Amino acid sequence: MKKIFAHTTGLTSKPTHYCPGCTHGVIHRMVGEAIEELGIRERTVGIAPVGCAVLAYEYFNCDMFEASHGRAPAMATGAKRSRPELIVFTYQGDGDLASIGMGEIIHAANRGEKITVIFVNNAVYGMTGGQMAPTTMPGQYTTTSPSGRDPAEVGYPTRMAEILSKLTTPAFVARASTHSPKEIIRTKELIKQAFRYQIEDRCFTFVEVLSICPTNWGLSPRESEKWLQKEMLPYYTLGIKKSPEDFSEEWSDGRH
Amino acid sequence: MAKKLMKGNEAIGEAAIRAGCVHFFGYPITPQSEVPEYLARRLPEVGGKYIQAESEVAASNMIYGSAGVGIRVLTTSSSPGISLMAEAISYIAACELPVVLVNIMRSGPGLGGILPAQGDYFQATKGGGHGDYQLVVLAPSSVQEAVDLVILAFQLAEKYLTPVMVIGDGMIGQMMEPVEFPVAGVGPPLDPGNWALTGCKGREKRIINSLYLDPVECNEINLKLKAKYDLIAENEKRWEVYNTDQPYDLLVCAFGMMSRICKTAIDDLAAEGIRVGLFRPITVNPFPYEACRQAIDRAKRVVVIEMNMGQMLEDINLACEGSKQVDFYGTAGGVVFSPDEAQANILLSLNKIPGGFKRKAPATSRKKTARKKTAKKKTAKKKTAKKRKPR
Repeated sequence: MKKIFAHTTGLTSKPTHYCPGCTHGVIHRMVGEAIEELGIRERTVGIAPVGCAVLAYEYFNCDMFEASHGRAPAMATGAKRSRPELIVFTYQGDGDLASIGMGEIIHAANRGEKITVIFVNNAVYGMTGGQMAPTTMPGQYTTTSPSGRDPAEVGYPTRMAEILSKLTTPAFVARASTHSPKEIIRTKELIKQAFRYQIEDRCFTFVEVLSICPTNWGLSPRESEKWLQKEMLPYYTLGIKKSPEDFSEEWSDGRH
Repeated sequence: MAKKLMKGNEAIGEAAIRAGCVHFFGYPITPQSEVPEYLARRLPEVGGKYIQAESEVAASNMIYGSAGVGIRVLTTSSSPGISLMAEAISYIAACELPVVLVNIMRSGPGLGGILPAQGDYFQATKGGGHGDYQLVVLAPSSVQEAVDLVILAFQLAEKYLTPVMVIGDGMIGQMMEPVEFPVAGVGPPLDPGNWALTGCKGREKRIINSLYLDPVECNEINLKLKAKYDLIAENEKRWEVYNTDQPYDLLVCAFGMMSRICKTAIDDLAAEGIRVGLFRPITVNPFPYEACRQAIDRAKRVVVIEMNMGQMLEDINLACEGSKQVDFYGTAGGVVFSPDEAQANILLSLNKIPGGFKRKAPATSRKKTARKKTAKKKTAKKKTAKKRKPR
């Protein structure tokens, strides 16, 4: 019988701890497949965050670090600058990257670190039990916004892909989603593209992936997919936000 | 090898290169900024990498990442910057990675000031970050010793796979002294051993991690670290005793630059026939308690002099175990005792010794010293008068 689907060598065989319906596992799989298909597993170092994906070091089948909360891009900088031959990626959630780690991600992007950042945005703090994140949608109920996020009180959700795409330094910045098989396939394409740019030593690469959190959203997985489409997609628009090809030659001599 | 006149901060940077460290991640802060400045210039010449981080928080995590991929790495900062590094230091210690940190201490607390102080003794030796970890902490008292101890710091970090900190006050960083480097050129690179993340080609994947959700496992990690720190304490304690060949009435305990100032005061007193010994820990963690106790046992009284409000004092009291009276004199905020002020404090302690202290020197030499002092004072007065005239 012909084998049409197999375990990816990019992941270990360890069962994940993620909640039923969570899309972290899907995103792990897309990253694992990208690593396998690009043939980079044996020279890849991944960095796990603090948050739901804290145990990602158990799941990715390559050398792995565990970072402190939000600091993965700084660690990735240290690793990549020290051993440029390595492929270095971070896997971070929205509390980790968009809140406590906002400084580290902006500066890693601005220095043009040749790393790949997988940013999982599910609009909530998952691991700590469903608190408000910088990415929580206006009106969204969380345990720390019991009346719904009030933008007048706490501002609007941070759009990391848009923020990073505004920096002058060349970069690949994209946003993908996991709400349908079609978008999951697109997610993998963008992740592969990001790793390719790193392999070519081109630029900083960043893929934001919209993810569902049925447990903390209080919805079934199916309802969660619908909620993501209805509430998140109009605000967090999908697509490539910036490519290294967009770089204006005007600034290239660095003497302005 | 010829001696070279160098500023402390620059000599520290060069010492790292001689130790084979060609990767530096740091952030400017007075009074250590000459280290990153020197290395930004020097590292490209030796094929190294200098990266200016956006903060000390990032710098400390960059060295975490760099050491984790098996690279010999250094960061330097000053007091408030070290506070920001505390989190990463705890992770690095937990993950058993070899890094060297240098703290050119300024005054605190808070933003404090930019002048020399020793107020980070507790932070360096008793923790600073969270959890049961320790740093090996070395305290130089000259630019030459700073060079030697930076090189030793890398050796210890790699021997025990643990972070090592060199603490010098602002004076060590800012003053120029002749130095000699024991190694020529750039030292050999670090052997990444069987722990570094170098890509899993031909082997199982490796994980560098400090998360242990199983309490038994986490307890075991703490026990393992404790055993390592005990081993370091057994093997690596370093100290200096000064003017202790002959019997002495009083023992002065001081570290870093303050010990050097005290040495001048002790020499001046010796010229007057007053015998005072000095105990100076070089490894302030692990603290050489036994050696300190031996020096204390020979004295009638002990005085601790520091550029803080009494931090090493606690370790001296631990060594002393109440066996002798311990006095303390300290300054902070960038105020530093001159040798004369240190001497005055030492005399205060000497005068507290029940039954007094011995004075051995012949009268003639005492007169000589006294004359010299009077002459000095006169000159000083003249100088002040001159300065004041134009106003």
